[in-house]
This record gives sequence, C-alpha cells and structure tokens, in this order.
Amino acid sequence: MNGFLALIGRDLRLARRQGADVAMTLAFFVVVVALFPLGLGPTPALLARIAGGVLWVTALLAAMLSFDRLFQQDADDGGLDLLALSGLPLVLVALAKAVAHWLTTGLPTVLLAPLLALTLDLPAAAYPALVIGLLLGTPTVSLLGTVGAALVVGARRAGVLVALIVLPLTIPVLIFGVAAVEAGGAGLPIQPHLTLLAALLAAAIPLAPLAAGAALRQAVE
Amino acid sequence: MHRFANPTRFLRLANALLPWLAAAAVLLLGSGLWLGLLRSPADYQQGETVRIMYVHVPAAWMAMAGYTTLALSSLAFLVWKHPLADLAARAASPIGASFTAIALVTGALWGQPMWGTWWVWDARLTSVLVLLFLYLGHMALTNAFDDPERGGRAGAVLALVGVVNLPIIKFSVDWWNTLHQPASVLRLGGSTIDPAMMKPLFLMAGGYLAVFGVALILRIRALYAERRLRQLRLSLTDA
Repeated sequence: MNGFLALIGRDLRLARRQGADVAMTLAFFVVVVALFPLGLGPTPALLARIAGGVLWVTALLAAMLSFDRLFQQDADDGGLDLLALSGLPLVLVALAKAVAHWLTTGLPTVLLAPLLALTLDLPAAAYPALVIGLLLGTPTVSLLGTVGAALVVGARRAGVLVALIVLPLTIPVLIFGVAAVEAGGAGLPIQPHLTLLAALLAAAIPLAPLAAGAALRQAVE
Repeated sequence: MHRFANPTRFLRLANALLPWLAAAAVLLLGSGLWLGLLRSPADYQQGETVRIMYVHVPAAWMAMAGYTTLALSSLAFLVWKHPLADLAARAASPIGASFTAIALVTGALWGQPMWGTWWVWDARLTSVLVLLFLYLGHMALTNAFDDPERGGRAGAVLALVGVVNLPIIKFSVDWWNTLHQPASVLRLGGSTIDPAMMKPLFLMAGGYLAVFGVALILRIRALYAERRLRQLRLSLTDA
C-alpha cells in the first residue's frame, strides 16, 4: 500500500514540477471547445443543444493527449523496470498510474467544464448532470487509457495508436454521459444514466488495471 | 491442441484440409446463392430485398466468429506462448475485419430501401462498428513494434480486452429497443424464420465458414513463410 501511495505521490510531484503538461491539456480542452461556436456559428439555441456532447467529446480527446507518455517516460529511463522489480504488483502500478492521471488531467477537466458550459449556454438544469457525469465518467476513461498506454509502450507513433485503441472503448461512457446531460436539460430524471456511468466505473476499477498489468508485464518482459 | 502447435505438423494438416475446404466453399456458396437469389420465396413485407439477408447475416455471424477466433488464439498465445497462436491471431483479424465491413455495407444497402436510411446510430450498428474499430486497432497495434514478438503480445492483450464487445453485440437488440430486428434464428423458443429461407441461409453460413477457413489457412501459411524468411535474413546478417 505504501508503494502504491508513493507512486501516486511521485507522479503528482512530477506533474506539479512540470506544470506545463497539465496546463497544456487544459489549454487544448479550452481551445477545442472554443472552436465549436466559431465553426458552427454562435446561435445560442444551437450551442445549448450541443454543449453536452461538445464538452464530453473534447474531454475525451484531451484525456487522450497524455496517455502516450503515461508509461513511455518510465520505460525510456528504466523506471518501469524498477517498478516491475519493486514488489508492487503491476496491477497496482497500473491503478496508481490511472489515479495519478485522473487527478492531473481528469479532475481539472471536470472543474473547468462548468465554466466552458457557461460560454455554450448550457441550460442551468443540466449542470448537475454534466458535473456528476464527468466525475463518474472521466475516471473510467483514465482507467481504459491506462490499458492503452501500457499496450503501446515502445510502439511507433504511440500517441495516435493509443487514441485509436482507447477511443472505441470509451464509447459507452460517452453515450451515457451525454444522455445524462440531455436528460438534465430536458428536466427528465438523470439518475438512470448516472447509475450506468457508476456501473461502468465499478467494472473498470478492477478489470482495467488487470488488463493494464498484463500489458505491462508483456512490455517489461 | 498442443500437438498442432508444431508448425510443421500444423501445416501438413492445413495443406491436406485446404482443397476440401475450398471445394466446400465453392459448393456451399454456389448452392446457397442459387437457392437464396433464385429459388427462395420473396418476403411478404420486404419483397425481393430480403435476399440481401443471405449475404448480410452470415457475414455478421462470421464477424463475431472471427473475433472469437482472434480472442482464443490470443489467449492461447498469452498462456502457452505458442508462436503459431500469434500467427493465427494476426491472420484472423484482417479476415474478421473484412466480414465486419461486408456486414456493415450490405446492412446499409438493405437499410436504405427498408428503413429509409443508410445508417442509424442504434445499438446493434454502433456495437458492430466498434467491432470493426477493434479489429483495425488490433491490426495497427500488432504491426506498430519493431519486434514482432512484442507486437503479438500487445495485440493479444488488446484482443482479450475487446471481448467485452461480443455479448454487447449479441444482446444489443434485446437490451435496447432499437431499429435493428431482434434475433430470429438462434433464440429461446425456437427459430421464427421460414424453412424455405432457413435452408439457403444455412448453406451460405456454411460457405462463409469455409471461406473463412481457407483464408485463415492461406494467411497463416504466408505469415509463417514471412517469419521464417525474417529469421533466415537475421541469421545471415549475424554470420
């Protein structure tokens, strides 16, 4: 357990000292969201209609940006081999990496999303669904991304490849996340969609680190 | 199974099997197409368009069977580390992707006159599209490494992760009330399809299966030759 927390702490320290990485992810999130009103025309009714989908899709894309570095840096400087020898099971290594990834990119995205929703005229009733949905959905994305990140260690063009592998797997999260925002905006109950998002997270917490751990074992063998 | 992990023994069996499978493919597809396109009744609602089903439904079955082959080969490769299982997985994914593409295209051709649209984002269509993406991701991942062994192992893990999509495809028409019709052949309480249509459908399914077998054997053989060539080249440069 100590090793697990130490690994999360190390990744958070690294993220804090190289603050530009987190800032870049957030800047990407803001810039891409800002493109939609410019590309589609600033009609408030249209923007309010698509706000939930735009924010969710952009949050997914922003998360993809950092996955290729999740294990690659450690693999390049030999840190991954040390982690494999540290006695901490690779499953927990993967889980710690996913937690650190969510804290450094997922959580800031969730905090920023309501502000950006404001610029897109999202109906006020949809805010709880957006924030709770992102809170439940982005950890699942981080967990799935950890599997992809572990698979592409050492691959050519890993950044594109990881998005190609992980994005199809995140489709259920996107569907239920956007459905919750839509239901919230229309005054319908949001709980069914949020419950499904929670179920996906509950399934991903044990299963994704298992797969990522297996992938890491193949990478360090 | 371990008996046939030996490439020489496997290839001897596969080469013996190949002409029979090819003959079966020609016979089954020929008779299936003849019965399906010319000698089966038109549907009372769909008219002649129903004949697209004889091409579409077996392709969709083979898309799933192809992924099952891919997943089982990947599992065998990860557990027993048989190199032949890696070759089988690599061989299976482009074939499975092709059947998935055939299912999607023929489905669109059927959907246009019947549903009035080429494509809808219903649960069955979306999950089959995800299956195509999984195949493409697997192909990209296995070929993304300089060391083919590492690519094979990464691809195997990805193939096993993607297995979650198979039950979603199968039950998508039951879980979500969508446009795609529910199962009519393999269902509890017996099939609801007329025998006159069932016969060509099963002939076609058998034909597709034989085509899958032929393609799989040909691809494994080619990949094996490629692997051998690579080893020979490497040993020559070492010497």
